[in-house]
Amino acid sequence: MSVFSTILRQIVNGLQSGSIYALVALGYSMVYGIITLLNFAHGDIIMVGAYIAWLSMAKFSMHPAFAILAAILGCTLLGMLIEKAAYKPLRGSPRISLLITAIGVSFLLENLSQMVFGAKAQVIPTFFEIPSIYLGSIELSGTALITLLAAAVSMVLLTFLVQKTKMGKAMRAVAEDTDAAQLMGININHTISFTFAIGSALAGIGAILYCSAYPQATPTMGSMLGLKAFVAAVLGGIGSIPGAMIGGFAIGLAESLVSAIGLSVWRDGVVFAILIIVLLVKPTGILGRPMREKV
Amino acid sequence: MKQTYKKIPMPVRYVINTLLFVAFLIVGLSLIQSGVITKYYTKVLMLIGINIILTVSLNIATGYLGQLPLGHAGFMAVGAYTAAIFMTRSGLDASVSFPIGLVLGALMAGLVGVLIGIPALRLKGDYLAIITLGFGEIIRVVLLNIDSVLGFKLTYGAASLKGIPKETNFLNTFLCVGIACLLIHTMMKSRHGRAILSVRENEIAAESCGINLTYYKVLGFAASAVFAGLAGALYAGYLGILNPSSFGFMKSIEILVMVVLGGMGSMVGSVLSATVLTAVPELLRAFSEYRMILYSLLLITVMIFKPSGLMGQYDFSLSRMLEHVFNQKPAREKTNHKAGEKNG
Repeated sequence: MSVFSTILRQIVNGLQSGSIYALVALGYSMVYGIITLLNFAHGDIIMVGAYIAWLSMAKFSMHPAFAILAAILGCTLLGMLIEKAAYKPLRGSPRISLLITAIGVSFLLENLSQMVFGAKAQVIPTFFEIPSIYLGSIELSGTALITLLAAAVSMVLLTFLVQKTKMGKAMRAVAEDTDAAQLMGININHTISFTFAIGSALAGIGAILYCSAYPQATPTMGSMLGLKAFVAAVLGGIGSIPGAMIGGFAIGLAESLVSAIGLSVWRDGVVFAILIIVLLVKPTGILGRPMREKV
Repeated sequence: MKQTYKKIPMPVRYVINTLLFVAFLIVGLSLIQSGVITKYYTKVLMLIGINIILTVSLNIATGYLGQLPLGHAGFMAVGAYTAAIFMTRSGLDASVSFPIGLVLGALMAGLVGVLIGIPALRLKGDYLAIITLGFGEIIRVVLLNIDSVLGFKLTYGAASLKGIPKETNFLNTFLCVGIACLLIHTMMKSRHGRAILSVRENEIAAESCGINLTYYKVLGFAASAVFAGLAGALYAGYLGILNPSSFGFMKSIEILVMVVLGGMGSMVGSVLSATVLTAVPELLRAFSEYRMILYSLLLITVMIFKPSGLMGQYDFSLSRMLEHVFNQKPAREKTNHKAGEKNG
């Protein structure tokens, strides 16, 4: 029984971190799908979200619900701002310049927050007290279940948005062929902006869920989280929305299983080893579409 | 109006550059010995030298080969740890073990470069960037945790590898800089170098001209790793203490920033930007907290306004400049030129 409950608890843990990775990976994947940019600043948007939550609760003593809203809204605006200020002027320039700009933005966010908030970790107050649920003798943490639920709801909403609404159709069209979409009367700038907004809002939700699991904000918290979410996006097939979800859960589960067998120091190594194996065996990921090269 | 353009013959070009380089070393050394350059500034100079090697080495893979590796710090770490472990374990005198350590560090990094390069270079563009990032991180994690697998202390993981003899000094750093620049320069001017450049310009066209893509990509990548390993070994002898956390993703990015700002594919650009970006923050200690912010803003601005970097692909050549002066104003042959001790 105890072995079973340990395994179950690890699986729940894995699903919890997996759903956070999945939400962040969705942002990476959507942005890559639409402008083929690896948005390295995405992880740092999460960091900013965590700081907004900390500011509004610990400094301005706002109600947690407002803090959550503020964080999500702040991330959304930040994502759009980054796109307008840094990526839009580079549309049409070589991919490498765009990638380096993204790295620059990530650097800038990290160092700005280090200057403003200091390098010390800030403790984020608990959003809501969520009681644990007992299945017989097995304790399941309430936070983990809420995280799973929130992630699932966000993903269903996102799928609806992308598949059923007019804006979603425009997003898919721009991802398919930017020029053709433009000829059909789709406003490219609005669509790209909207994609960044949605991706960053998901990062904001990810930030809140991450902070309820690990209630700390540090300037560099986004970089590792971002890298792992990015691995998740690549694993699932970058550019594919269901792929990002599958990848996120796979990475989360792999991490918690590695920790469960007592090798937690190798956790990061295993994540990157998965990345390398996936890239070598199937570079486009589990659900990615194959790239074709024209001469 | 047919003009004959006077050219400086090849051996003379090398002699001019070698003389200037030796003069630079002698001036530097005598300034240090007479105490004009203090111990602190000597340290800054050494750091500049190490960063020049790192930047020039990454420039092979980024500028000449046209790929974007994001794990350069990993090769540096391999070189640093190889040299450090050899120097602390060999029992030889530090003055003997240091040069051997430098060579070993460079070779080991080159070997790792080949091992990583063969699988990684099958991928292109973004995917290559990601996979090298993954390899870089794995090198760091392995250095951090290898002791628990081996069962004895080798890298000392997070506790840092201490007690490395501090053998790096002004002379050997800049000798290494000179050797690295010379080797890279001659390699790029050779048949192999031109093959590497053709891979950058157009892979498909290069392949259809009979250039073995895999071979030249791995060659460029390994050469890049070798010099990164050399810089790492110098770095080990410079600090005397090594910790895996100093070779993370951020270090790779820092080197990349130097290459990009200088201009991808320009050696003089790499040398200049490595010098400026190392010296300015050191000299402006009071503003050190703004350093990284300045770095990142600079990176974004340069990318938006001049995506090819400050120098583009321009490479400075002293001899070419002299030729130009000779041919324009035959009367004033002895114009003074500053710096430019490298680049033939």
